[in-house]
Amino acid sequence: MSWFEKLMPSRISTEKRTRSVPQGVWIKCPKCDAQLYRTELERNLYVCPKCDHHMRIGARRRIEYFLDADSLTELNASLEPEDPLKFRDSKRYRDRIVQAQKKTGEKDALITVSGNLMGRPVVVCAFEFAFMGGSMGSVVGEKFSRAAEHSAKTAAPLISFSASGGARMQEALFSLLQMAKTSAALANLGELKIPYVSVLTDPTTGGVSASLAMLGDVNIAEPKALIGFAGPRVIEQTVRQKLPDGFQRSEFLLDHGAIDMLIDRRQLREQIASLLDKLVPMPAPPTD
Amino acid sequence: MDLKFLDFEQPIAELEAKIEELRFVGDDAEVNINEEVARLKEKSESLTRSIFSKLSAWQIAQIARHPMRPYTADYLQSIAPDFQELHGDRMYADDPAIIGGVGHIDGRRIMFIGHQKGRDTKERVRRNYGMPKPEGYRKAQRLMRMAAKFSLPIVTFIDTPGAYPGVGAEERGQSEAIAYSLYLMARLRTPIVSVVIGEGGSGGALAIGVGDRLMMLQYSIYSVISPEGCASILWKSAEKAEDAAAAMRITAESLSKFELVDDVLPEPLGAAHRNPAAAADVVRNALLNSLDELDKLDIEQILVERQRRLSGFGQFKES
Repeated sequence: MSWFEKLMPSRISTEKRTRSVPQGVWIKCPKCDAQLYRTELERNLYVCPKCDHHMRIGARRRIEYFLDADSLTELNASLEPEDPLKFRDSKRYRDRIVQAQKKTGEKDALITVSGNLMGRPVVVCAFEFAFMGGSMGSVVGEKFSRAAEHSAKTAAPLISFSASGGARMQEALFSLLQMAKTSAALANLGELKIPYVSVLTDPTTGGVSASLAMLGDVNIAEPKALIGFAGPRVIEQTVRQKLPDGFQRSEFLLDHGAIDMLIDRRQLREQIASLLDKLVPMPAPPTD
Repeated sequence: MDLKFLDFEQPIAELEAKIEELRFVGDDAEVNINEEVARLKEKSESLTRSIFSKLSAWQIAQIARHPMRPYTADYLQSIAPDFQELHGDRMYADDPAIIGGVGHIDGRRIMFIGHQKGRDTKERVRRNYGMPKPEGYRKAQRLMRMAAKFSLPIVTFIDTPGAYPGVGAEERGQSEAIAYSLYLMARLRTPIVSVVIGEGGSGGALAIGVGDRLMMLQYSIYSVISPEGCASILWKSAEKAEDAAAAMRITAESLSKFELVDDVLPEPLGAAHRNPAAAADVVRNALLNSLDELDKLDIEQILVERQRRLSGFGQFKES
């Protein structure tokens, strides 16, 4: 205990006070430890107003923040995972799925929608990291590919928000092949000259980073997101050295030429809309 | 010949040692021991057959990683003796963990690309244990584009523990290198046939394995993560690699049951390293068959079929 804390009567020490507050009204910034009022944080799109730390947010919230209000139609919401290998480690995969579904209210780790971004029709994919670490299995691969097809059919740009630990081990080779499947869907879209913007958010690693997330015509990252092929722990074990500060963070990727730009979450709508206008201008509305 | 027998092959190793011993004695003894040697050889063969008829996934993984298993360069030497290696990604370096170049099989012009492991310690280090860095994948991409330009079909040999997880590899964009390989192969305007000859380790393997046909040698493996890696994440202990290997169905036989692999190529008795020439023959014939089949289609049909094949991967429910 510091001399200052000793001076303070214990009942007004901040630590005790937060404990007595109903959970969820106050949120502590994981970066700067500031106590933040939830409503204010929500208004700020879960970016810490004190230190600009971008907190992880769920797929639905992500989409809601990004698209015009009341413009959303969800795509392929009825796809559900199967367990072709009857996979079992310390737990059965089947049970893990049910548990993740209960926890998140989602059927799997990717939400896909069509909607408008500042008036322009777009297709958006967002990973739900809380669902088994946003891992990519057959459902994620299929939903992403169908979203790309929808984008191709409607000539609406595709935008993806990745947040994923990589391929889903419980689907073994099925999940590995989703990397090929999603990349193939993007190659088709590319031939049709429809823009694909990939937004990498914290964290994006493994099979998702090594497929759809790095294939944007424009790759964008939120500040200080962890982005890489191998996770930092694996690299440390392999090379047996401590990794430098900031290694595999967005700023590092920008420096090394892997991404086009860093964009603050609060600017994503305007910046991406403006970018799309330059790549593929929207056809002018018909004049009478 | 020191065959470096694996644990589960010990009974075979003992018999073979006995045979060697007898042969040695036979040289200077007058007794005719040929009969005994023949008897033991037969016994060794039937023992090998019986052991190899019920291998576990983990045992097959050991064979796939066997230090004497034929590698890409070995297959090239037997099936495309006029192979010329082409080096470098034209941007940064030449990655010895991937080799590529042009050659003929039976008069057919082919672009070959494959992972390459090293045989002795020095070469293993030089080839980074067959774990490519971004420059390896970018060399592969360059050769693939060249193949399309000159209408050469592509044959790839897959044999890697995975893409290298190192600092430099991350700095130079390992993710992008793999991702772009997948993207390129999906629409490349020339036939692509892949054979897993040893270890198919995750994205590092897939990055040269997207195409029109995927074949696996009987005792090769293909998986999303190494059994050790999977075990240490899901079982919290690398010792459970055996369980992870079984759970992930990494063998050619199980993967072909799930229709993720088009063809399983049978290996000689006791696996490819016991008879590399026979293994190379099997690979050569399988490649020629696949290429003949693909010859019947024009490139537009091939691309449509490839797309259908790639978009068909996966199992899910839809209500």
